[in-house]
Amino acid sequence: MSERQLVAGNIAVAMGALAAGCRHYFGYPITPQSDIPAYMSAELRKLGGTFIQAESEIASINMLLGASACGFRAMTSSSSPGISLKQEGISYMAGSELPGLIVNICRSGPGLGGIDASQADYFQSVKTGGHGGYRTIVVAPASVQEMYDLTILSFDLSDRYRMPALLLADSLVGQMKEALELKPYTLPSDLPAKEWAVTGKLWRSDQRIVKSLYLGEGELEQHNWKLWRRAEELKEKEQRSEGKYLDDAKLIVTGFGSAARIAKTAVEMAREAGMQVGFLRPITLFPFPEKAFAEATVSCKQLLCVELSTGQMVEDVRLSVARDAEVAFYGRPPGTGSLPTPEELFAQIQKHYGKGA
Amino acid sequence: MKTVFSRPASLKDVATHFCPGCQHGLIHRLVADAMDHFGVQQQTIGVASVGCSVFLYEYFDIDVVEAPHGRAPAVATGVKRARPESCVFTYQGDGDLAAIGTSEIIHAANRGENFTALFVNNTTYGMTGGQMAPTTLPGQRSLTSPEGRDVALDGYPMRMAEVIAALDGTAYSVRVAVNSPKNILAAGKAIKKAFEYQLENKGFAFVEVLSSCPTNWGMDALAANERVETEMIPYFNLGTFKERS
Ligand SMILES: Cc1ncc(C[n+]2csc(CCOP(=O)(O)OP(=O)(O)O)c2C)c(N)n1
Ligand code: SF4
Repeated sequence: MSERQLVAGNIAVAMGALAAGCRHYFGYPITPQSDIPAYMSAELRKLGGTFIQAESEIASINMLLGASACGFRAMTSSSSPGISLKQEGISYMAGSELPGLIVNICRSGPGLGGIDASQADYFQSVKTGGHGGYRTIVVAPASVQEMYDLTILSFDLSDRYRMPALLLADSLVGQMKEALELKPYTLPSDLPAKEWAVTGKLWRSDQRIVKSLYLGEGELEQHNWKLWRRAEELKEKEQRSEGKYLDDAKLIVTGFGSAARIAKTAVEMAREAGMQVGFLRPITLFPFPEKAFAEATVSCKQLLCVELSTGQMVEDVRLSVARDAEVAFYGRPPGTGSLPTPEELFAQIQKHYGKGA
Repeated sequence: MKTVFSRPASLKDVATHFCPGCQHGLIHRLVADAMDHFGVQQQTIGVASVGCSVFLYEYFDIDVVEAPHGRAPAVATGVKRARPESCVFTYQGDGDLAAIGTSEIIHAANRGENFTALFVNNTTYGMTGGQMAPTTLPGQRSLTSPEGRDVALDGYPMRMAEVIAALDGTAYSVRVAVNSPKNILAAGKAIKKAFEYQLENKGFAFVEVLSSCPTNWGMDALAANERVETEMIPYFNLGTFKERS
């Protein structure tokens, strides 16, 4: 039987990483993710792993790059301004086809902003914040259990597709406590061996080179097509979402992470009031669950997208729905006191419900 | 017949892309000699930086990771911590190590990371066409100091071997040159010693090698070599600044 514990979301990330066999953590202090390095510093040294509080987020992402190049599961965690500093390293990791987990317990911005729950890093995460045109896996947990499960999934997907994975959450999901079921983990048996990892040549006569520089005629183009093909395969096979009440829905409310938590309560309020309101929550932000949106909007033509920002994911929703579906948006820029209440969202549901019918 | 001179096994039998008279090639050879000397070619992971030495893997027959500009010491930290059994070295230019990557080198040294750091000081940004570097000498003309480095506006050249030596985490820090047979022999010894420190788990070892960049100094190979003696060594004194036993 698996064990149940009451833990905070951030701790669930750390526990998930350890369960997935991650033994190398590199970070730099920033609120609201500091529980992760605190937990890792205590646990990893007991386990004989690596914990380094680096001199900066730039150094920590590059330490992650080094450990990952050696073929080990490794991670870093930070929050928005720190994630900005990591972008060059993330681009190099993507270019060098390196897996690895980058956790962003997002805070509000721009600039120093504040520490309130925010989803304003959606663009940076999903459209990629670094240079050169690449993709990373992006997952968006909405519960403590998902913080754990999606951390593990990120490591598996990241290894399989040889691209960095980002876990995007905020202080709401990161700091709330919920029951966590510690499911035992086994490494998927079909994960390809890391035959690219540097070890020193040992018995080999061929070199292993982890790099992103391709100057030969046609080389870089081929390299980029290869990265593109992998991202396409990821899109084909790995879209994940949660749907509820979609069969008879006249209005579908969508959102990810913490906004989806509040939205779901509002959807339940609507159902109790006899309104046919559905709920669709992307779990993977890249790949975006396009198929689920296309399917749901064959019959339902009215959507409401809720975000803790002025609207970012809504662009991907609009690209994914049936052409005659209408997508309304409700969100507020993150900051102290700007978190929408379920009642506020219910009022939005009432405003849009029945409009398209 | 006795072989008295041959190509080190760790070095590939290929022509380099370095300009005529560039001393990167010489320094590569000394690093390869050190790997051969300790028989660690098959255990070594090199960390390349961004600069004229970015093609490390084209010349050394070893596993290599390429680091972003300035970040080789952080990448090497990740590599060495993940694979403590391997021999790890970084190879960086002065723009890479002493400008954009100052933070990474200082903190890797200060943590006493157990790898070997090679630092090639040629008083300029070679790869990008000869801009002023943190090591450019007072009065030295460059692409971005056309009137010569003005210390009042541009600051002073940084003596990195001394800076690194001042940190408690550093086990070994030296400055050498490769402009004469005598200096080459001493440089070879220092590089070997820096590998030895790592192989004996003694901690962070740093070798600054004064090097020429005839192309960006606007000199021929001989004049550039001469400049190392007459202008660089007087400012960047050769010597051992830290040697923990
Ligand atoms: C982030 C970033 N900034 C700038 C550059 C451009 N760049 C490439 S090499 C280099 C400096 C090379 O000089 P140095 O480190 O002294 O090595 P050398 O070429 O002289 O051996 C610079 C600035 C880059 N690649 N990445
Ligand atoms: S530009 Fe300078 S440092 Fe670069 S290869 Fe040419 S001589 Fe060497």
